[in-house]
Amino acid sequence: MSDTDNRMTGAEIVLRALKDNGVEVIFGYPGGAVLPIYDEIFQQDDIKHILVRHEQGAGHMAEGYARSTGKCGVMLVTSGPGATNAVTPLQDALMDSIPLVCISGQVPTSLIGSDAFQECDTVGITRPCTKHNWLVKDVNELAGIIHEAFRIAQSGRPGPVVVDIPKDVQFATGTYRAPQEARVQTSYQPKTSGDVARIEQAVALMRTARRPVIYSGGGVVNSGPEASKLLRELVELTGFPITSTLMGLGAYPASGANWLGMLGMHGTYEANMAMHDCDVMVCIGARFDDRITGRLNAFSPNSKKIHIDIDPSSINKTVRVDIPILGDVGRVLEDMVRLWRASAGPAKPQGGEQLSDWWASIARWRARNSLAYRPSSDVIMPQYAIQRLYELSKGRDTYITTEVGQHQMWAAQFYGFEQPNRWMTSGGLGTMGYGFPAAIGVQVAHPESLVIDIAGDASIQMCIQEMSCAVQYGLPVKIFILNNQYMGMVRQWQQLLHGNRLSNSYTEAMPDFVKLAEAYGGVGIRCEDPAELDDAIRMMIDTPAPVIFDCRVANLANCFPMIPSGKAHNEMLLPDEATDEAVATAIDAKGRQLV
Amino acid sequence: MNAHLQPTGSAYFIAQETEKAEKHTLSVLVDNEPGVLARVIGLFSGRGYNIESLTVSETEHEAHLSRITIVTRGTGHVLEQIKAQLERIVPVHHVVDLTVRANALGHERPIEREVALLKVKGQGETRAETLRLADAFHAKVVDATVDHFIFEITGKSSKIDQFVAIVKPLGLIEVCRTGIAAMNRGSQGM
Repeated sequence: MSDTDNRMTGAEIVLRALKDNGVEVIFGYPGGAVLPIYDEIFQQDDIKHILVRHEQGAGHMAEGYARSTGKCGVMLVTSGPGATNAVTPLQDALMDSIPLVCISGQVPTSLIGSDAFQECDTVGITRPCTKHNWLVKDVNELAGIIHEAFRIAQSGRPGPVVVDIPKDVQFATGTYRAPQEARVQTSYQPKTSGDVARIEQAVALMRTARRPVIYSGGGVVNSGPEASKLLRELVELTGFPITSTLMGLGAYPASGANWLGMLGMHGTYEANMAMHDCDVMVCIGARFDDRITGRLNAFSPNSKKIHIDIDPSSINKTVRVDIPILGDVGRVLEDMVRLWRASAGPAKPQGGEQLSDWWASIARWRARNSLAYRPSSDVIMPQYAIQRLYELSKGRDTYITTEVGQHQMWAAQFYGFEQPNRWMTSGGLGTMGYGFPAAIGVQVAHPESLVIDIAGDASIQMCIQEMSCAVQYGLPVKIFILNNQYMGMVRQWQQLLHGNRLSNSYTEAMPDFVKLAEAYGGVGIRCEDPAELDDAIRMMIDTPAPVIFDCRVANLANCFPMIPSGKAHNEMLLPDEATDEAVATAIDAKGRQLV
Repeated sequence: MNAHLQPTGSAYFIAQETEKAEKHTLSVLVDNEPGVLARVIGLFSGRGYNIESLTVSETEHEAHLSRITIVTRGTGHVLEQIKAQLERIVPVHHVVDLTVRANALGHERPIEREVALLKVKGQGETRAETLRLADAFHAKVVDATVDHFIFEITGKSSKIDQFVAIVKPLGLIEVCRTGIAAMNRGSQGM
C-alpha cells in the first residue's frame, strides 16, 4: 500500500478500521456530529448499518450481537444526547463483561468546552461506565486508537470502550495504519494463563473433597466455546455437582446429570444448599455477586474456596478465597483437566464412593422440588407459560433474551439451556428494556434462528420503539410477554417488605399489545386460556415476522424459591411454605434494618 | 407515613466492617495521557475510597510516565481492593503499596515528605520570634516585606502540622501544601 493509498479522511479511516477489525454490522443512529461517518457508510457495502430508534437500543443490540457470536459489538451514536443515551448499555456491558465498541461523534475540537449545540463531555460521562475511552484530537492517531479500542474491548475481562471523534477530525485527512502497525498501550497486558503451581494445589484440594460443588459464571461463556467444553469435561471427570449464576447458564447443559440448577436469590434449593454445605467450592468465572451470596457472613461457612478469574479485582472482593487462580477460564480449565487426568484414575460416575453421601444429600434437597407451583386450568401460570415455550421451542435453533424482573427469573428457572451463547440477559445492571433490542442484535447475527425475548409487560415498554427497527429489517424476533399488569418483581418486594402497599407498581393504562404490534407492521397474538396456549405459541413460532405475544398470566404470582434479605443460603423461602403470612414475615426486623 | 409501622427492608445484604482501618501510601505509575488523573480520582470517589493526600507529576518525560502518590485509609481488605482496582485502569502500569513494602523491609512507614509554603504576618516585635521559630523548623524565608514572610518548609506531614500550629497565633495568612511525595528506603525501586 503506497502512502497516497494510506491518506484518507477521518470518516474513511473509521470505516476502514472497522472493516480491518472484522466488523460486519454496526448499530447506530445518525446526527449532526457523525454525518461525515454516515456519508461514508452510504458509499460502501462492506459494513451493514442497522438503524435503531433510540441509542439505548443500539447498545443493547450490539450487546446481544456480541454475546450470541462471541465477537465484539459495535454501536455508532452522535454527540450530546446520542452519547448520553448510550450510557445505560455501556454500564450494562461493563457489569456483564460484554465486548462493545461505541463510536461517538463530538462537536468540532475548536468548540469543545463552549457548550456548543449537542455538546456533552462524552469521555467524562462515560469514564466510569467503560473499560477505557478516548477523545481523538489528531486524525493521524484515529486508526491506532480504533484498533486499540478493539483489543482492549475483547481481551482480558471484556468490556465496553468509547472512541469520541470530533467532527473536524472526521473531515480531516490523515494516514491510515493497519491493526498490526498500531501502537499498543504497554500498560495494558492482561494475564491469561494461570499459575500452574496454584492449579496443582487446587486439583489436590479437589481430590480430597467429599462435598464439592462447582459454581460457574459468565466468565466461562465469555472465554469462548472451548471453555464450556472443558467445563463439561471437568464435571464428567470429577463427578462434582455443578450450579451456575444467571450469566453462566448454558455453559453446562441443563439436561446434564450433575446439574443443580441456577443458584442465588431465586436459585434452586439444591444449588443453594450445596453451596452452603460444601467442603470445597470451585468458582469458575463468577464474582460472588450479592444476588448469589446471600448474607455474606453465613456464606458457605465450612468450605475451602478456589476462584478462577481473569480480573484480579474480582478475587477476594467480597468473599475470601483460599486458592485464587488468575487467568483466562479456558486456559486454566485446560491445565486443570490435564492435571486431574494425570493424577486420578478413570472417571467414576458422580465421583464414585467418595461423593456418594454428598449426592444422597443432594437427592434429598432435590426432592423438595423447590420450583413447584400450583397449576391452574383457569388462568395461565407464568411458570407454565415458560415451560410450554421451552417444550415447543427446544430442538430448534433457539436464542433467548429477557428483560428484567420476575419473568427473567422464571425464564432462568424453567427454560433449559443446553449450549453457551444462547441466553442473553442483563445480570449485573438489571436493565429493563434490554431484552428486545438484544434479541434484534441476536437475530441480525443469526437470521435463520428462532430468537425469543421473554419479557414483562412493564419492561417491554422501555424499548418498544425498536419494533420499528425489527419491521424495517424483516427481523422475525418474537416478544413473549408474561403480562400480569404489574411490575411483578417490584410488587413482590412491596408485598415482602412494605406491607403489601403497592405503590406505583400497577400499570393502569396498559396498551393493547396486539394492536401495538399491528401498528408497527408486526403480528400480535393474545392468549389468556391455558388450553389454547400451545397452539398460540406454535403460531408465534411459525410466523415469519416480528411478533408481540401478549400472554395474560396470573396477576399476583410470586417468584420462588427466594432467599429473603438478611438470610443465608440454607434459609430459603420455598414455594410450598410461602403462605401469605410466611411471605409477610419472611424478613425479620434485623433483615429490614439493613439499609 | 406508614414507614414507622413496618421498617423498610432491602434487596441488599450489608455486613458490618469489623476490621480496623489503616493509613497506607500508594505509588501509582501511569502513562501521562489526558484524563488519567480523572480515572484515578473517579475510581476513589466512585467506589467510596478515601483520599487523604494526592500528588502527581511527570517523572519520566521521555517515556511519558507520571507518578501518583496517594495516601488513603482503609481496612486491609479495602486496601487490597484499591490496588487491584487501580491496576485495572488501562494507562496504569504499576501500583505499589509503599506501606506494605516498608513493613516488609522492617520500617514502620516509607519515607514521606511534603513541601509547604506559609505566608505569615510579621510586624514589629513578633518578627524576631517568627524567624526564630522558622529557624528551629529549618523553614526557609523565600519572600518578605516589612509586613510579612513567606516560609518554605519541607518534612513529614506531622512536622508541617506542628509548624503551622505554632505560627498560627503569630498571624498566619495562608498555607499551601503539596501533599506527600514518598518512596521506600533501600536500593530497590518501585
